[in-house]
Amino acid sequence: MKNINFLVAGVGGQGTILASDIMAETGMLIGYDVKKTDVLGLAIRGGSVISHIRWGEKVDAPMSMRGKVDYLLAFEPIEALRQIEFLNRESTTVFNEYKVPPVTVSSGLATYPSDDVIVKTLKNSAKKICSINATSKAVEAGSVKAMNVMMLGALSPFLDVNIEIWEKAIEKFVPKRFKELNIKAFHTGREIIKKKENFL
Amino acid sequence: MKEILSGNEAFARGAYEAGIQVVTGYPGTPSSEIIKTIGELYNEDIYCEWSTNEKVAMDAAAGAAYSGRRSMVTTKQVGMNVLSDSLLYTVYTGAEAGLVVITADDPGLFSSQNEQDNRWYSRLAKIPTLEPQDSQEAKDFVVKGIEISEKFDVPVLIRSVMRISHSKTIVKLGERPEVPKEVYKFPRNIPKYNCTAMYAKKMHAKVEKRLLDIQEWLETSDLNKIEWRDTKIGIITAGVVHTYVRDVFPNASILKLGMINPIPKKLIKDFALKVDKLIIIEELDPVLEEQIKALGIAVNGKDIFSPCYELLPDRMKEFATKAGLLKTEKSPENKYGELLKNLPVRSPVFCPGCPHRSSFYVMNKLKVPVAGDIGCYNLGSMPPFNAQHTMGSMGASIGVLHGISLAKIPENAVCTIGDSTFFHSGMPPLVNMVHNGGRGVVVIMDNSSTAMTGHQDHPGIGWNVTRDRKAKKIEIEPLVRAMGVEKVVTVNAFNVKEVKEGLEECLEFEGVAVLITKGECIFVSRNPKPAFTVNTEKCIACHTCFKVGCPAVVMDVVKNEKNDKFKVKIDPTLCNGCSVCSQVCPTGAIEAPQLGKESLAE
Repeated sequence: MKNINFLVAGVGGQGTILASDIMAETGMLIGYDVKKTDVLGLAIRGGSVISHIRWGEKVDAPMSMRGKVDYLLAFEPIEALRQIEFLNRESTTVFNEYKVPPVTVSSGLATYPSDDVIVKTLKNSAKKICSINATSKAVEAGSVKAMNVMMLGALSPFLDVNIEIWEKAIEKFVPKRFKELNIKAFHTGREIIKKKENFL
Repeated sequence: MKEILSGNEAFARGAYEAGIQVVTGYPGTPSSEIIKTIGELYNEDIYCEWSTNEKVAMDAAAGAAYSGRRSMVTTKQVGMNVLSDSLLYTVYTGAEAGLVVITADDPGLFSSQNEQDNRWYSRLAKIPTLEPQDSQEAKDFVVKGIEISEKFDVPVLIRSVMRISHSKTIVKLGERPEVPKEVYKFPRNIPKYNCTAMYAKKMHAKVEKRLLDIQEWLETSDLNKIEWRDTKIGIITAGVVHTYVRDVFPNASILKLGMINPIPKKLIKDFALKVDKLIIIEELDPVLEEQIKALGIAVNGKDIFSPCYELLPDRMKEFATKAGLLKTEKSPENKYGELLKNLPVRSPVFCPGCPHRSSFYVMNKLKVPVAGDIGCYNLGSMPPFNAQHTMGSMGASIGVLHGISLAKIPENAVCTIGDSTFFHSGMPPLVNMVHNGGRGVVVIMDNSSTAMTGHQDHPGIGWNVTRDRKAKKIEIEPLVRAMGVEKVVTVNAFNVKEVKEGLEECLEFEGVAVLITKGECIFVSRNPKPAFTVNTEKCIACHTCFKVGCPAVVMDVVKNEKNDKFKVKIDPTLCNGCSVCSQVCPTGAIEAPQLGKESLAE
């Protein structure tokens, strides 16, 4: 079989690594060989963070080559844009609409691309794009920290994976006292996308 | 049982399964999680500690191994420069029990000041060296390393890279072997363990013979793996690069080396004879290539693949295609180049609530020359601060400051050094400066943490990573006074006025002054205060608050019509309420959430 390649992109502090850990665990629970690799900058907060995850019968390199990513999960619009070279005409992009402007933007040294540019570029770079405002929804649900798991929920309808497996993987990585909050966030993300994309 | 482990978690598990009992090291990306994991999961069976620096760690592990305990040391690639002084004598002596050193190199400079290839240390120290390709091998090679160490009476080096240490792959777990509770007495074997010249002479001869013995043994070891496919191209490679080679050259025959020093010369010659074209693919320097060329074998390597940065599959493919090793594919049109180039960069910044922010704001304002050091505070070199003018190696700042004062430039200069870095290698240069009568201000930025590498303990903190977490706290202020520093000022790092006045007072001093800026890292205090807010009425859009470089301070959509600039707001999901921005605001527009609520600056 062909490998399934994922890329998760976010900003330091958004829980990108945790989300990718859950995806790797999910792959292993299904029975795949799994590899993942993270790239994070110097600081704990503020820098771009990306994780490659690959599922397959046998995975060699832990990262995908350009044009080979099947699913891009981005926690911030320009972080999605930054990774479009990895996509191809069959790829799916799911992104969080909530913007986290870099300090270069907030201090006037650079400009944040317009919504029009963001959506057009992402549409042209993949077969399918969809988005939710996961940050706002997560705040409503009780904690901004659950945004990452809500985004996993938003990705989940595109993958043929049992809900119980997702939940088992989530439980392994989130602190016990936040388990329910996160499982709920996962389902919120999942339902929003299912409705939006008319999944049966 | 199988689990997904990072390379560093797998090294830790390897220590457990190899029966290792003592592990030491100094934190450094990408190596830090090895000891972290041992401290969290295996500290019932393994003593582990963060030593003050890598050399101390190496000596301690040597002493434990001399005394019959299997031991391990962890370091990042540049820590090896500190550690090597002691590594070299252990190769001469050997030990009573297995001794393994793990170096985690950083091709691509994700968190390092250089891209040095520590495989050169293998050759310099004449130490057998293993290089794993994934987490499974990371774990297995620690066990194997201890075996080889005890078989040949020599420490073994394991070379990791960021892509091994920080990638995660599936690992089959094993058990911990029986290890002795009691060990024999310390060996009073002077000819073996005292490297005085008359004994060391004999030891050197032993080192040379041992290397030949290991090489002989290696020729038939299962550490080397040959994968026969098409023989038009044969590739010799090792480590994680092997996994990239598999993706880029799916049809090539491959000799994958598990041990990279010494190398199996006969096996390499045989492999070379059976392929039409031999290529060596290795990240960074031509360490294998030069040795294989020295065997009289014609190879390609660095003439095709760059010695800089990571050799990730995309890049490897580009180089290989250019050299005609792979067929040119129709490359996808580069339609995003311009767009990607213009995306706003997300350069790393001080966290909201970081105690370093005010110091660099002040140093930028006072326009002093600043010799810098290694830690989060090196972010002070970035805009808007631009206030850490040099940075080279751990502890260098104080020596460089001393040199600046020797050069007699017309300004009084400053250096910055963190608490952990001060203990690591800042004490000898400070003593030197005091003793030899230098002049300058040493700013010790004490955030009670080795923050950049993940908040490990150090001697200035009252806990440690050992099982009982008990540690003696060494106070910095009396320590520097005892070192003979006559001017010592301690200030609250969150209070801009205090920091400014403290620094000005120290700059006046004719001699060595130490300014200690005390304020806990927000990840240590875990005590964020409620977010501040901007009173839009009062904000005049002067943007002074942007000079504190906080990601929580962002542009609003409302403009001040007088200067046509956007006013400012604070992102409540990011602000930790440190109050530094409100202290620099000239109109008092940045307000505390509730009046009377204590802020970090008080």
